[in-house]
Amino acid sequence: MSARRIFARPARFAAIAPYVWMLLFFLVPFGFVLKISLSQTAIAQPPYEPVFDLTAGWTAIRAAFAALSIDNFRLIASDDLYVFAYLRSLTVAVTATVLLLVIGYPIAYGMARLPKRWQSVAMVLVIVPFWTSFLIRIYAWINILQHDGLLNRILLALHLVSQPVVWLSTDTAMYIGIVYSYLPFMILPLYATLAKMEPALEEAASDLGAPPWQVFWLVTFPLSLPGVGAGVLLCLIPIVGEFVIPDLLAGSNSLMIGQTLWLEFFTNKDWPVASSAAIVLLVVLLLPLLLYERLQRRQLEER
Amino acid sequence: MRKFSRLSRFNIASLVLGLAFLYLPILILVIYSFNASRLVTVWGGWSLRWYHEFFADRAMIEASWMSLRVAVASASIATLIGTLAAVALSRGEHFRGRTLFSGMLYAPLVMPEVITGLSLLLLFVALNVERGFWTVTIAHTTLTMCFVAVVVQSRLGSLDRSLEEAAMDLGCAPVRAFLSVTLPLIAPAIVAGWMLAFTLSLDDLVIASFTTGPGSATLPIRIYSEVRLGVKPEINAICTLVIALIAIVIVIASLASKLSSSQGESAAPL
Repeated sequence: MSARRIFARPARFAAIAPYVWMLLFFLVPFGFVLKISLSQTAIAQPPYEPVFDLTAGWTAIRAAFAALSIDNFRLIASDDLYVFAYLRSLTVAVTATVLLLVIGYPIAYGMARLPKRWQSVAMVLVIVPFWTSFLIRIYAWINILQHDGLLNRILLALHLVSQPVVWLSTDTAMYIGIVYSYLPFMILPLYATLAKMEPALEEAASDLGAPPWQVFWLVTFPLSLPGVGAGVLLCLIPIVGEFVIPDLLAGSNSLMIGQTLWLEFFTNKDWPVASSAAIVLLVVLLLPLLLYERLQRRQLEER
Repeated sequence: MRKFSRLSRFNIASLVLGLAFLYLPILILVIYSFNASRLVTVWGGWSLRWYHEFFADRAMIEASWMSLRVAVASASIATLIGTLAAVALSRGEHFRGRTLFSGMLYAPLVMPEVITGLSLLLLFVALNVERGFWTVTIAHTTLTMCFVAVVVQSRLGSLDRSLEEAAMDLGCAPVRAFLSVTLPLIAPAIVAGWMLAFTLSLDDLVIASFTTGPGSATLPIRIYSEVRLGVKPEINAICTLVIALIAIVIVIASLASKLSSSQGESAAPL
């Protein structure tokens, strides 16, 4: 293709740089994860047996393929530590996402009912914490939840408790941290669908004699399902792999998969097993994404 | 009766409580950064003591400098490449591998950072690259260019394409038409994209931990290792400074987007 023709198609021309960048720094790295997940641990630098050595010729490549092993995956499947870590990650993510939905929905609904001018103000107010550092917001909660922190002081002053309650290093603290950090991700897609909804539909249901809860359950909620789906995905997937929040706020007795992977990598220096854990996590996360995509396509076809 | 377009008491209560939940912890942190007492929870009067301690802490200053450099470099590269990606996607032309392209652009938005960080580190180790400023910058660029692409793409999508087509009908080459007509119109979104990329990079702990080398810790890495050891009032001061910096960035970004919408209105009747 001549330079003239490339310039005549700006979209293709513009795609070159980002395409190459993403291939090089997003897709290719997964190849390396896959490769190292199939190799053996070694006490060396880097701490794994090299799998491919292209300089050694064809016989070496064949030998390398013979040496590939799925031992790491077997280890992960048979090790309770890993199985529990995956199960706990899923439990925490599902619980936190349900909490987020329950807490975020009324806020998004309230935003959508504001006068137009105030809606954009409310949206900025919801987005701003998302711009503010993640780590700092978790740290703010440590200040509040610690033994002699603000929350215990208030509870003691109000005589609601007689002794300081242990908040830090509990699952409660972790859920507070997760809900706090991911709330904007849940509110924004919900608000986007709720704001577009025609109020006349709710009014019609109400005029026809439906009590408020029926209006909500039979009209509002089903119409907001696309927003619910987007919000759930936006929260669920990153929470499964969450590392910082459980590490700083939850107890150390049961780890999530993100933490296990991190420990395996930095503390145990077992890169092959860490890579295998990452691959399994990736597969676990792809499932809801594919399911969602399928659901959306079916909805489109029905229309 | 316009019952449903009006705010009910329940709507107002959930809005107020929700915003209080989002803002109170940050507010408390900022107030306590001016606390004179060493004990984080006892109020000992107003003081700038912890700010002095921060500026005397060489390791923290170095980490902050590193973070700022990485954030400026990665946000700039990400804005350039992310804008190109947005143009490629929004101009609707079908090129080979378009699905893969958009998939790769959206994946990092939801991918757990642990996986992104791990895979990039393995790439750098395999290529035998020395880890430090540039590896963190590349990693942050990869993450943040996706956000830039989303922001710029939404602006491009709402833009009237006929403006660019008019320029081309008048004899402008496509690239020239883009540079002199479209680019000024999407400039505010590009500014907002840069700001978003900057704050995301400044904020990142996980990817930076994987891709940085010895002796080049970023500010979040330093804060994280301090926080793990327990609460220190100095951290409150650092966090407040970061919040102040980000607040300035948000004000600039929102001014840019306000400019963008008013420009859009004045451009439409043309």
